[in-house]
Amino acid sequence: MGSVFLFLYLPIFTLIVLSFNASPMVTNWGGWSLRWYVALAKDTEIINGFLLSLRIAFLTACSSVVLGTLAALSLHRFKRFPGRTLFAGMVNSPLVMPEVIIGLSLLLMLVSVQRLFGFPERGLGTIWLGHTLLGMAYATVVVQSRLQEMSPSLEEAAQDLGCRPLQVFFLVTLPLISQAIGSAWLLTFTLSLDDVVLSAFLSGPGSTTMPITIFSRARLGLSPSVNTVATLTVAVVSVGVFAASILIARAERRRAQEMAAAYRAS
Amino acid sequence: MTFLLAVFLLPFMVVFKISVSEMDTVFFKDIWTWSDELITLKIKIGNYIGLAKDSLYIQTYLSSIKFAAATTLICLLIAYPFAYFMARSPADRRPALLMLVMLPFWTSFLLRVYAWKMLLADSGVFNNIALTLGVIGEPVKMMNTPFSLVLGMVYTYVPFMILPLYANLVKMDLSLLEAALDLGATPWQAFWRITVPLSKSGIIAGSMLVFIPCVGEFVIPELLGGPQTLMIGRVLWDEFFSNNDWPMAAAVAVVMVLLIIVPLALFNKYQAESTGARA
Repeated sequence: MGSVFLFLYLPIFTLIVLSFNASPMVTNWGGWSLRWYVALAKDTEIINGFLLSLRIAFLTACSSVVLGTLAALSLHRFKRFPGRTLFAGMVNSPLVMPEVIIGLSLLLMLVSVQRLFGFPERGLGTIWLGHTLLGMAYATVVVQSRLQEMSPSLEEAAQDLGCRPLQVFFLVTLPLISQAIGSAWLLTFTLSLDDVVLSAFLSGPGSTTMPITIFSRARLGLSPSVNTVATLTVAVVSVGVFAASILIARAERRRAQEMAAAYRAS
Repeated sequence: MTFLLAVFLLPFMVVFKISVSEMDTVFFKDIWTWSDELITLKIKIGNYIGLAKDSLYIQTYLSSIKFAAATTLICLLIAYPFAYFMARSPADRRPALLMLVMLPFWTSFLLRVYAWKMLLADSGVFNNIALTLGVIGEPVKMMNTPFSLVLGMVYTYVPFMILPLYANLVKMDLSLLEAALDLGATPWQAFWRITVPLSKSGIIAGSMLVFIPCVGEFVIPELLGGPQTLMIGRVLWDEFFSNNDWPMAAAVAVVMVLLIIVPLALFNKYQAESTGARA
């Protein structure tokens, strides 16, 4: 078991250590140094790419969570409707479909649409569209699994107590799945922040995201700038994940306490 | 629903259409043309004939499947015991273990692949350490070989195998095992005849989750693969971005979709069963 964790973490650990390497040869140790971080601060290509990626990731996370929640709700609520199998299949497929295929087909479609109507230009909007397609699939799976754990009697009780369907949704269902929505948001955010293939197909001139820049540098060989970016990403992600998991654990405990209190009271 | 129809299904139809279009000098021609009150439908199947005739493409498809299958098998071999012990460990330790598996998944996939490039290169970390220790006389070639490619894919996709397996194994009713043992089965027999068959849907979901993306993987072969590791994702990319032959790239994609349609259907079937447990 330990060896699997070693396998999972050794590369990340090496990346971090070597980012503090003073030598310009990435793998030859030349003492500790922060020079690559200083260089990174001046690297406008990476910084602009990062800002663009952040914008896209934020938009993607919001739109995929909304669409994913709607899809999960309809799949969960309605066990039979015409085209349900097709719908479920289409929701799940982007999870596994090779990204080159999604990217190529979206691009070819967008080009055809553009020839017919003269828009959209390739750029932020088209990348957003592609990422949302992918993110929505993940968001649906996350929200759907939470819905399945949820007891249907809670919604029924609200209905019995006179709630209208919209009230049931906003007062009962939404708070219950809010945690899943939160983790789906984070998941799609990181997915979008990280995506190379879809972005490469869908980006236009002037919309180079950070992963595309990193990828083109990594293709050419080892580059110290990539190591520094990696270390910063790992730092941000681990802080974020730890904070989120503590918050989630706390919310879970509070919920358990409230449930226990409610049972005692009744 | 409309969103999916518009951005998922429609593109495939467009791809199919383009794969049968003729190439203009820089752009493809429409297959429908309207002139003199005559609608003509021109379908060019040259790209498909080209695909079937050129042994390079066939070899590439075969080797993509071969590498993806090897990756899936290795992932299964690593992930099954791991998920098994994770599911059988004390309940209060499971969330922490699960998080340790998920954490690398949250950090950039691109950067993790790049990290292997750093470890495996001729002047990389492994070779440098081994050279200093005197274990080897000259650098061992590990980068740009089938070994580095499969290693990179296993590394990237192993969490996708662990999670469905874990979700499945943790739900299992342990009293079934006790019953088997009471009835005289050895632990080994009980494992093979009770645990493994019960985790079938997890195994299938995990395998498809690894196999299908691996077939079309582009980033890992590009960064870690070499001349011996033909992968179809890379060929598609080159047709598209380097040769600018869009109809050919589209034809490559159509054949790839046909190849993965059976595993995809299998995945969708078992996904329905396993989503319930995936938290």
